[in-house]
Amino acid sequence: MASPATGLPAPRLAGRDAAAEAVAGIVQRPGRTALTMLGTILGVGAFVAVLGLTATSAGQISRQFTLLEDTTVIVADNGGLTPLGANPPIGFPADASQIADRINGVTAAGVWWPVSLPADTAFTGSLALSATPDQAVTLLAASPGAATAMGLSMIAGSTLSAYENDTGQHVAVIDTGTASELGISPARLSAHPAVFVNGIGYTVVGIYRSARRVVIGESAMLIPANTALADYGNPQPGIGNQDEAQLIIATQVGAARAVARQIAAAELPTDPSRLVVTSPPSPQTLQSQVSGDLAGLFLVLALISLLIGAVGIANTTLVAVLERTGEIGLRRALGARPRHIAVQFLAESVALGTLGGLIGTCIGVGIVVGFAAAKNWTAVLDPTATLPAPLIGAVVGLLAGAYPAMRAARISPLAALRQG
Amino acid sequence: MSAPVIELRGLAHSYPGPPPVPALRPAELVIEAGDYVAVTGPSGSGKSTLLHLLGLLDTPTSGSYLLDGVDTSALGDKDRSALRGRRIGVVFQAFHLLPYRTAAENVLLALLYNQTPRGARLPAAAGALDAVGLGHRLDALPVTLSGGECQRVAIARALVNSPALVLCDEPTGNLDSANAAALMGLLDDLNATGYTIVVITHDPVVAGHARRTIAISDGVLTELTGAGRG
Ligand SMILES: Nc1ncnc2c1ncn2[C@@H]1O[C@H](COP(=O)(O)OP(=O)(O)OP(=O)(O)O)[C@@H](O)[C@H]1O
Ligand SMILES: [Mg+2]
Repeated sequence: MASPATGLPAPRLAGRDAAAEAVAGIVQRPGRTALTMLGTILGVGAFVAVLGLTATSAGQISRQFTLLEDTTVIVADNGGLTPLGANPPIGFPADASQIADRINGVTAAGVWWPVSLPADTAFTGSLALSATPDQAVTLLAASPGAATAMGLSMIAGSTLSAYENDTGQHVAVIDTGTASELGISPARLSAHPAVFVNGIGYTVVGIYRSARRVVIGESAMLIPANTALADYGNPQPGIGNQDEAQLIIATQVGAARAVARQIAAAELPTDPSRLVVTSPPSPQTLQSQVSGDLAGLFLVLALISLLIGAVGIANTTLVAVLERTGEIGLRRALGARPRHIAVQFLAESVALGTLGGLIGTCIGVGIVVGFAAAKNWTAVLDPTATLPAPLIGAVVGLLAGAYPAMRAARISPLAALRQG
Repeated sequence: MSAPVIELRGLAHSYPGPPPVPALRPAELVIEAGDYVAVTGPSGSGKSTLLHLLGLLDTPTSGSYLLDGVDTSALGDKDRSALRGRRIGVVFQAFHLLPYRTAAENVLLALLYNQTPRGARLPAAAGALDAVGLGHRLDALPVTLSGGECQRVAIARALVNSPALVLCDEPTGNLDSANAAALMGLLDDLNATGYTIVVITHDPVVAGHARRTIAISDGVLTELTGAGRG
């Protein structure tokens, strides 16, 4: 260990001593320390806050977004192996609603299909007056369960009943838009107004304002499924043409995917593959899609603030080096080697960066939690992004301190002592 | 140790120009252990240049400088730093105390780089401050100390490693006459306990305390024998 020339041990700065010197340099100038750290605090704080806020709002967006889809399962009948040209009988069993109702989490279920009508079909309010609605009206055949599962908000009358379906009554439920265009007043349902479709009359028993499923935002007229079978025959076969018979199922929140797994086998134990089940997308996939777009942009902003933080530390450390040339010369005169000077300044900037990173992380987490609390949302903080955040500060300090430390190491003891 | 503390063989230094300034002409000088030497000369004569060379803070342009018999001109940065940290104590004219460190912490700095065990540092620093009469001001910051007290902290820092050579640059330059007298007494005492001291000074009174006086003029050293009290 001892040098052969001088008989003295080589100069050395132990890691613990370097750390102590760095801490002393930071603690003894609290004002300068705070200003130096400001950039890193802001950068890391912005980084954590932006990621946290993005995750939190994305979680919230996807929760609202999926609430409806999360309660909906659609089962379509692809028609099986029937020859082309003939409409097959409906693939669902007659008691499809009851079978679905027995599955845990199902609140309502029923079969429906769009009735295919000739192109020149006229919807009129009476046989004499030919008041046709402006927009096209869709005629839907719906079992009572399907009408319930569609979640109609009735403003007058009631939805289709089991009795009306079983007995094939000529009744209908229509939306408010169609009703007003046909001159049917919600207040006067007791007068049994009727809608005529190509001359066949249907008594209006209910008018709905809006729907949660299937007939959202369109003019529609619902008639009992058995009435439709008698008047218009079997629905079209096939998948994807939107003309086939479908089973619409409303479930409790969160039950949709479980119901989707069981429904085909429950409805058609002998030929479950005839049914095509559409289940809602998983919330995780959706959330990552939503947050992916926003996070990209915000991450760039956070990186920019980190860069500003790094420039801040580099600048202040450089100023500190120039300001402390006297100290550097003194340390050299007391036996420090250039590398010891470099290590000291590097340790100081890394400690500053880490401290700034820690404070910034705390502030960022505070902002996310406060924002979520104010909005009554759940704060979402990704631990893989939040926990290493102080390390980002350390890296910023290391990079920012490298050049000033090099400059400090190159200062000659003589020049330094003359200046001080 | 039989080798002299300092032996200069044709040591010369010129500052690079243009034009180059020959601040120290080739000099021969031997300073034995226990010597007390004053270096005097007019401003710009090369006193500080000599002190920096002796303190290994600068490298000569020619000649050799033997410290304790070791030729320093052949040494690399590692050995030169080790000698600075162990064998040489410098008391700077401007003291060079760190303003945000206490008296004890300023003295501790001289033990930081020379592998002194951590536990031995504070007792050594306290001992050195005690030796200069500041044992009661260990935790004082430099701003709360008088000029004379700051000077003594700087001396304690130079002494804490028991160096072979103590160099003082204008030790009375920043002191009033009472403090200067106290300082001279301190240097006399240190020399009496065996320290080898080289003092650079303008002040004939200070030079009068030394056993040897070396005059420097335009970079040329001349021994003034008998100029001391001797
Ligand atoms: N870095 C330098 N570059 C060029 N010339 C220098 C440098 N430092 C000192 N000199 C010159 O070297 C000569 C000796 O300078 P030095 O500082 O050793 O004088 P000094 O005796 O200490 O003077 P003073 O009593 O004023 O401190 C002077 O002429 C000075 O101008
Ligand atoms: Mg000088």
